[in-house]
Amino acid sequence: MTNEIMIAGFGGQGVMAIGKTLAEAGMKEGKDVSWLPSYGPEMRGGTANCCVVISEEEIVCPIVLEPTELIAMNLPSLRKFEHDVVKGGTIFVNSSIISEKVERDDVRVINVPCLDIANELGNAKVANMVMLGAYIEAMGNLGTETIKEMLVHMFTGPKAKLVDLNIEALRRGAACVK
Amino acid sequence: MAIVYQKSKGLTDAELHYCPGCTHGIVHKLVAEVLEELDLLGTTIGVAPVGCSVFAYNYFNCDMHEAAHGRAPAVATAIKRVSAPGTTVFTYQGDGDLAAIGTAEIVHAAMRGEKFTTIFINNAIYGMTGGQMAPTTMVGQKATTAPLGRDKDHYGSPIRMSEIISTLEGAAYVTRVSVHDLASLNKAKKAIKKAFQMQMEGKGFTFVEVLACCPTNWGKTPAASIEWLKENMIPYFPLGVYKDVDGEVK
Amino acid sequence: MEKELWKGNEAVAEAAIRAGCKYFFGYPITPQNEIPEYLSYHLPKIGGCFLQAESEVAAINMIYGAAGCGVRVMTSSSSPGISLKQEGITYMCGAELPAVIVNMMRGGPGLGTIQPAQGDYFQATRGGGNGDYRHLVYAPATIQEAADYVQMAFDVADLYRNPVMVVADGMIGQMMEAIEWREMPKRELPEKTWATTGTKGERKPNVINSLYIDPNLCAEHNERLAAKYKAMEENETRWEEVNTENCEVLFVAYGTPSRITKAAIKLLEKEGIKAGLFRPITLWPYPSKQLKAAASQESVKAVVDFELSMGQMIDDVKIALEGCRPVTFVGKAGGVVPTPAEVAAAAKAAIGR
Repeated sequence: MTNEIMIAGFGGQGVMAIGKTLAEAGMKEGKDVSWLPSYGPEMRGGTANCCVVISEEEIVCPIVLEPTELIAMNLPSLRKFEHDVVKGGTIFVNSSIISEKVERDDVRVINVPCLDIANELGNAKVANMVMLGAYIEAMGNLGTETIKEMLVHMFTGPKAKLVDLNIEALRRGAACVK
Repeated sequence: MAIVYQKSKGLTDAELHYCPGCTHGIVHKLVAEVLEELDLLGTTIGVAPVGCSVFAYNYFNCDMHEAAHGRAPAVATAIKRVSAPGTTVFTYQGDGDLAAIGTAEIVHAAMRGEKFTTIFINNAIYGMTGGQMAPTTMVGQKATTAPLGRDKDHYGSPIRMSEIISTLEGAAYVTRVSVHDLASLNKAKKAIKKAFQMQMEGKGFTFVEVLACCPTNWGKTPAASIEWLKENMIPYFPLGVYKDVDGEVK
Repeated sequence: MEKELWKGNEAVAEAAIRAGCKYFFGYPITPQNEIPEYLSYHLPKIGGCFLQAESEVAAINMIYGAAGCGVRVMTSSSSPGISLKQEGITYMCGAELPAVIVNMMRGGPGLGTIQPAQGDYFQATRGGGNGDYRHLVYAPATIQEAADYVQMAFDVADLYRNPVMVVADGMIGQMMEAIEWREMPKRELPEKTWATTGTKGERKPNVINSLYIDPNLCAEHNERLAAKYKAMEENETRWEEVNTENCEVLFVAYGTPSRITKAAIKLLEKEGIKAGLFRPITLWPYPSKQLKAAASQESVKAVVDFELSMGQMIDDVKIALEGCRPVTFVGKAGGVVPTPAEVAAAAKAAIGR
């Protein structure tokens, strides 16, 4: 089983962080992982993307050309990558800011109003965690517990209060998956 | 028989290769004497340049590095920073090395306040390569690449390094001296000694510019060279202290 | 040991620290900035020194000074910056100074692009500086290898008193993979009696120098260096072979292209074509004998050289093969990375399918 994931959006939307969290969770579950970012001037606010591969086998090539899943955090990213997704793959759409429809009918589409949910939770920064929650629920390739453990290690001291907020964000994201 | 004069222990027994009337030998002797008098020879690492004094690593009786052209301040920066505390570091550089190809290195070492001493020999010419124009060559002075003399419209006027270095906060002591007579030679030795002492006190970057003669490439006798230096160089490159964080600037 | 997720550049920096390197001198350039950034934070904490120099030229000469004092020292840069460091590299080879130089290659020529490329192969293996000199060039293909080879590079540099270069493309610098920090086999290293540490009045001065003005002495010096380079060729050549036994097509690739090649091999397998990969790990010394042995198997119909350049390593491939097999080229320069399908297509073309 190999997941080849393309995650794309504006710089500042936490695109790289979604990818890193997925890669780290995969590693903790004993899978082979790679995380490959686009880099350069676009990192300073333009569109950014990263490729994550999570595999039961040894990863030979970290470049994702035909993603099994696309996480599109903004419209330009959806339009740029949706036609690369494999037939029968999954596209996660940040429906808070993408109102246009996915053009393909041979893929599964999951709409996640992640920014709206994050705002409801009182912190727009957790929008990417909402999206992550949806991804894990839909794909079932990683355990929620793994991510929760990572959050506990990530947020310590005065930041410890962010653990519950992030877990709630994951839960609300998961609820978007029918 | 009583010993009235002895070569400094700061110099090896290697025979100097410098031309008659060249002042490199005098400055070598002053640096060597100072290192010996301050008892620093065993803990000093020097950096030789590219130019006439390229073989300085054979003459100074201490550990030495031979640097690429102009890079001595970069080499010295690292030596000082990785060596045991209390290590003395100096660079010995000419005007082509320091004021042309190595301008960036010397300016940035001074800016950072690197705690080493630079002895800068300004003889207004490229010596080893055969008398080409230096950034310190006087306007009108002939050089093998300025056969009609340095043209101000074409090349601008000579660069005054002591003045430039003295504007940098990291420089603790900047002075221009000469060795054209006994009085100036004694002053030069005092300046070199002060520079090394201030280095050891951790005051900052110390810089001693020495006006020097190059009879061979100036096309003059040693005696005439001294006169030429006094009449042409000293008025344009005034002697004196340009920066001294410990005292008065003259 | 537990696996950890590391970004290539940061793994390179951490590997240096683990190898006992306390000193780094460099200058910013994309895509290697995480190396100096990491070290600027961590080296002061272990009593070392990080210094951002005024230029790559100054930085490499700082490496020269530090190495001459006998300490472990590293610099890193990317293609245009490595061009500027060539002066220091030839001086270090001439003065026989150990140090590690990392090049996270980007597209060229000139300013080129910041995207991954391998256009510095000639520069790394032939030397962009003057004179007859050589240095080892390691080309890791994974973050694990980058971490391993950077650590190993310090020992090898000290063993031969020679700089060692580690080259990777920007992709290896930027990506993250799970790695293990493992102890590298330690070499028996000579004491650095030549280092300038101050005579303390107890020995003759040590001189760090590459100048031998007497041509006879300079010739002798070159002979001595050549003997050392020969020893490196004999003892330090490294390569990997994947699926090469009885293969029909033999790919030759290093770094990131070697990984794309592995994906291409899987594509070809589905079409009933057996392809193998010969991957040089040392670009100098080049594993010529081993490559020729793999390529001269009866089964091999064609050799396909794949690089992120317009074809540089292919010269070494041809030298190694001595005309025993046809060599074709696939690759792109300037930061564009060919797909496994394109690489597989090149293999099919080479065998007329």
